[in-house]
Formats: sequence, structure tokens, C-alpha cells
Amino acid sequence: MIRLFKVKEKQREIAENANGRAPVKKQSAGELRLHKDISELNLPKTTTIAFPNGKDDLMNFEVTIRPDEGYYRGGMFVFTFQVSPVYPHEAPKVKCKTKVYHPNIDLEGSVCLNILREDWKPVLNINTIVYGLHHLFTEPNYEDPLNHEAAAVLRDNPKMFESNVRRAMSGGYVGQTHFTRCTC
Amino acid sequence: MTNTGKWRDLDKLLSRPGNLVNPGFEPSPELKDDLGEYTKVLVVGAGGLGCELLKDLALSGFTNLHVIDMDTIEVTNLNRQFLFRLQDVGKPKAEVAAKRVMERVSGVNIVPHFCRIEDKDLDFYREFNIIALGLDSIEARSYINSVACSFLEYDSDDKPSEETIKPMVDGGTEGFKGHARVILPGVTPCFECTIWLFPPQVKFPLCTLAETPRTAAHCIEYAHLIKWDEVHSGKAFDADDPEHMQWIYSEVRNWHSSVNMILIVLLFILLTLAILSQALKRAELFGIPGVTYSLTQGVVKNIIPAIASTNAIISAACALEALKIVTACSRIMSNYLTYNGLEGLHTKMTEFVRDKDCLVCGPGILLELETSITLQKFMELVGEHPKLLLSKPSVTYQGKTLYMQAPPVLEEMTRSNLKLPLFDLMDKMSKDVIHVTGMTNKDDKKTSCLRKLRIVFKGVDGITDVDMASGA
Repeated sequence: MIRLFKVKEKQREIAENANGRAPVKKQSAGELRLHKDISELNLPKTTTIAFPNGKDDLMNFEVTIRPDEGYYRGGMFVFTFQVSPVYPHEAPKVKCKTKVYHPNIDLEGSVCLNILREDWKPVLNINTIVYGLHHLFTEPNYEDPLNHEAAAVLRDNPKMFESNVRRAMSGGYVGQTHFTRCTC
Repeated sequence: MTNTGKWRDLDKLLSRPGNLVNPGFEPSPELKDDLGEYTKVLVVGAGGLGCELLKDLALSGFTNLHVIDMDTIEVTNLNRQFLFRLQDVGKPKAEVAAKRVMERVSGVNIVPHFCRIEDKDLDFYREFNIIALGLDSIEARSYINSVACSFLEYDSDDKPSEETIKPMVDGGTEGFKGHARVILPGVTPCFECTIWLFPPQVKFPLCTLAETPRTAAHCIEYAHLIKWDEVHSGKAFDADDPEHMQWIYSEVRNWHSSVNMILIVLLFILLTLAILSQALKRAELFGIPGVTYSLTQGVVKNIIPAIASTNAIISAACALEALKIVTACSRIMSNYLTYNGLEGLHTKMTEFVRDKDCLVCGPGILLELETSITLQKFMELVGEHPKLLLSKPSVTYQGKTLYMQAPPVLEEMTRSNLKLPLFDLMDKMSKDVIHVTGMTNKDDKKTSCLRKLRIVFKGVDGITDVDMASGA
């Protein structure tokens, strides 16, 4: 009954305060956690981050990696991050925007990185993903291939893999596939 | 009083005293009338649980109901969403559900809302005394929870003020299993306090899908995630796009000439089949049995077969809790019921506890400020405040990034805010919640933390609302 009484009282209150209050955008817990992740980013110097939708949309951003060693030295690779409102319960969706000849990244930009899928844990953060992506360029791995041909070449003939990577990055054909130039 | 027979049990429940009632219960015959007259309930979702909830609430004496759902009726809903008929296929669920219950239960008024929950503003949700959830996703629950918790206000002793509590009853089912819970923001744990309860989603490594699929599910995920993009470069996977569907249909015909023509009507089934046929090809290649239509649906849409009786049981528990919360006629569930009807029948009640630092329902730390204080000065205060001691703070207000310490690109974009008054940056609200992240010392160790702050500006009260209205 107390509750019902309150209910009645509240009905009156609502009638009194009915003049419009500006609807406020709700901030999800995921956004808050992402805000924390972003404010604590400590990126390797080979990496930059950009927010194409401006400072008030942190849920969609781009990370550019310019590896300074390994097969992909001198290249420039852009990844898009899409973060869900239930982050970090779910991992961000990460795609490689730059077409790349890489055993663990397919030609559509799907990335095979364990912490993006099966090994994602809410204690991980954006920084760990960026380091993970960075690692893919310094240590491409033929054991978990998404691009089978690239993986086979890396396994059987690293010299040829190296020249394939060079050719792809400077804008040329590897086999039947054309790659756009991505050196900086 | 033509309906005395119908309400006999409810009348007894509400007009007789008892030992197990909630404190403050005042049995009276008028209670039922008040229930109808003064209580406004929102049912979120008009699917399997939503249909049940609407019916249960209407038959429990609630007469002022609203229902919100963005979906239209599909043939596959008809086995359990008992308010819908074959001729309703394609119509909005909320509208048909509201109409059917009103036809069957006299005196009840149900207002349907055929839209997304995000399409309604806070004022819409503010009107309701109680919100009943019949949802199937973590995202939607999390959203409604944050909306309901946003009405919650704390007094200066960090006690929740009772009239701002927006109670929720949440139901959920998965096959023979289900849960019902009561959320009284500020009193019992909110959805976000216990989000860790959800098991992590099973995800297969992409490379396993591509290279060494071992199960039927691997094949289907491959078709869905990788093959789809290969064929439709860049196009999003959308089951509602007719052109998309036309394309799918012709593809499906090419892939699988034996597809039954009836399936043309069921667009999603086609889509699923498109994926299935790719999955089948792959399963054949690797010699894996068990790729079936229902499994395809299950993996792609995360569908688990819904059992009508589970929905009925869970919904009944939820509707009863709603009645108890409003009338105090019995003690409220405390606070999480799990039900398992897989083998025999098991139910268990667990009393979860609140996360005292919950960013969504927690009180946060109260700060009284002058309207003239700049963001810069505010950040210094946050560093000195004994309960905070936050160094290097970054500040966000309701989705607006006010200041970021890193990365440099955001620091630069937000730097100009530093000399602006916080009051202006917070849209001249007399009081509101703001979030700050930064470093703090804990046991002599620097740790990062995220804090909720309740800001109250001195000397502005209520007037701002009027200003806002005229300014907008």
C-alpha cells in the first residue's frame, strides 16, 4: 500500500513536472569502459589511432599500423574497430581495411587473432588487441592460416614469401590477386 | 460487478491479512481498484515471454499496460506466441498482442509501441511504475537497465530515494531452462552488477573455420562469416533487405536446385539455407556429418528452440513479482530465480549482492560545485578529493567526451574544453552524473579506475529545466 500511495503521489508529480526535459542520450556501461581503455592507451610508436566520427563517438575508430621490422616493414595497414555496447563482455569487431598478403588475414580483411574470438576475456582491452595486431606483422604465423596460399609460401619458401609481400605492398599482383600500394 | 468470479482469488489475496506479506501491506478491497487505476506497466518485448506477460498481467488486475516491440510476426512464432494467428503474419507483434489481450480481458487497456526500445526517450520510460522484460538479448536488457537506473536518485547519505526507484522484473528462457529476477535499482543488484553471470560466448577461431573445420558448427560459421563476405564484398549481412534476398534466392537455386519453393515466402529461411548450402559443401569436403537446417539456424542466429511451457512458468513468476512489488501482498523474491525443467524440475533462488561501485546503479560520489568552476579546476578537485584522489583524469558526460588524457589526437580535440565552465559543458543541468577515469593509489600501487560522480551545482535548482525547455 505504501508503494501504491507513492504511485499516486508520483502521478501528481509527473503532472506537475510535465514540461519537457531534454532527452539525454544514455551512455552504456560498455561506452564507459571503452572510454577508460582509450584514455589509458599506450600505443607502440609504430601505431596511430583516429576517430572518424569525432570525439563523441569512441565506439568506432581506426588503428593504423606501420611495422618497423619484419616482412611488412614500410607498409601501412588500417584496421577498423567496432565496439558493442556490451563491451567488454564481447570483443570488438576488428577488420583490416587494407588489402594485405598475409597468412592470418584474408583478402576480405577478416583477421585470425585468438584474442579477438576464442580467447577474448573481459580483462583484455584495446591496447592488448593493438599489440596483438602488431604482433601479426612481426610474426606472421603459417600454422593458423586464413590465406592458405600465403601460409603455404611462408612455410615452404620464406624467401619467396618475402618477395611476394614486397610485391603486394608496392601495388602488384601475387598470383591472380591484385593488391593496392600500401607503403608509406 | 459482472466479473466477481474472475477476480475471486485476487480479491482474497489483496483483502486479507497474512503472515508472509511485505511490510506496509494494508489489505483492502480497494487495493485491486488502485492497482488498475494508479499502476502503469511497460512490457518490453512481445515475443514468447512478452505474450505470456501481457496476458498474465492483464489477468492479475493490471489494467494500464503498454507494450513495445520492433518485430513483426513470423510463421515460426505461431507455435508458442499464442496471441498470434496465421493471418497476422507480417503485422507488428506489439499491435496484434495488445489487440488480442484487450479482446479477451475486459477492462484492460494496452497501448502498443511498434518501434525499437532506443527510439523512445527517457520521458517515455519515466511514466511507468514498473517495467517487465521479456527479452532475448544481453544488449537490450543492458539498455533498459541503464534507462531504469538513470531515474534513480540518492540522498546526501547515499541512500536511494524510494520514489525514484523504477522496479524491473526480468524473465528469460532458453529451451527448458529459465530465470526470473527482480531488480529494484539501488536496493537489489542491477543487470550490470551481475553481468559477469553470463558465460562467455563460444567463438571458434577463424583459422580453424578456414583450415581445419571439425564440427558442423565450424562449417556453418565459415559460410556465415567468411564465404558471405567473399561473395558480397563489403555488403552487410541483412535478412530484411528484399534485393539482397532476391540475390540470395537465385544463388540458393544455383547451389541447391532441390530447395522447396515454399521457402520463398520465408526470407530468413532462404538466407539460412544459403549459408547452409555453403556449409554443406564444406562439410562434404571435410567429411563432417550433422550439418542440418536447424543447426544452421542455431549457429547463425544463436537460436535455441523455445519451449512454450517454460515461457509460461517464467512469465507467471514475473507477473506475480510485479503484483507483489506493487501491492506488497507478499514478500518480494530475493532476488534471482533459476528454473530448469530439463530433467524433473529444479528451481533455485539466489540472493545476489550489489556491486557497490556499479557504474550504472551505484550512488557514485557526491560533489557540490559552483557553476563557475572550469573543467580544469574540476579535474584538480578530483585529484584532491579524499574519496577520489584521481590523478590524470579523463572526463565523459552522457556520451560527450569532455577531456581525454590520451591518445594525443583526442587530447588535442578536447583541450579547448579545459577552460570552459563545467556547468556549461553539462548542458546547464542543475544536477547530473558524470564519469571520470584516472589513476589512483591503492595499497601504495598505482591502479587505474573509473568513477561515477554525482554533480550538484549550488544555487541552481529546477529553474534550469524551464530554461532548457525554452532554449530548445
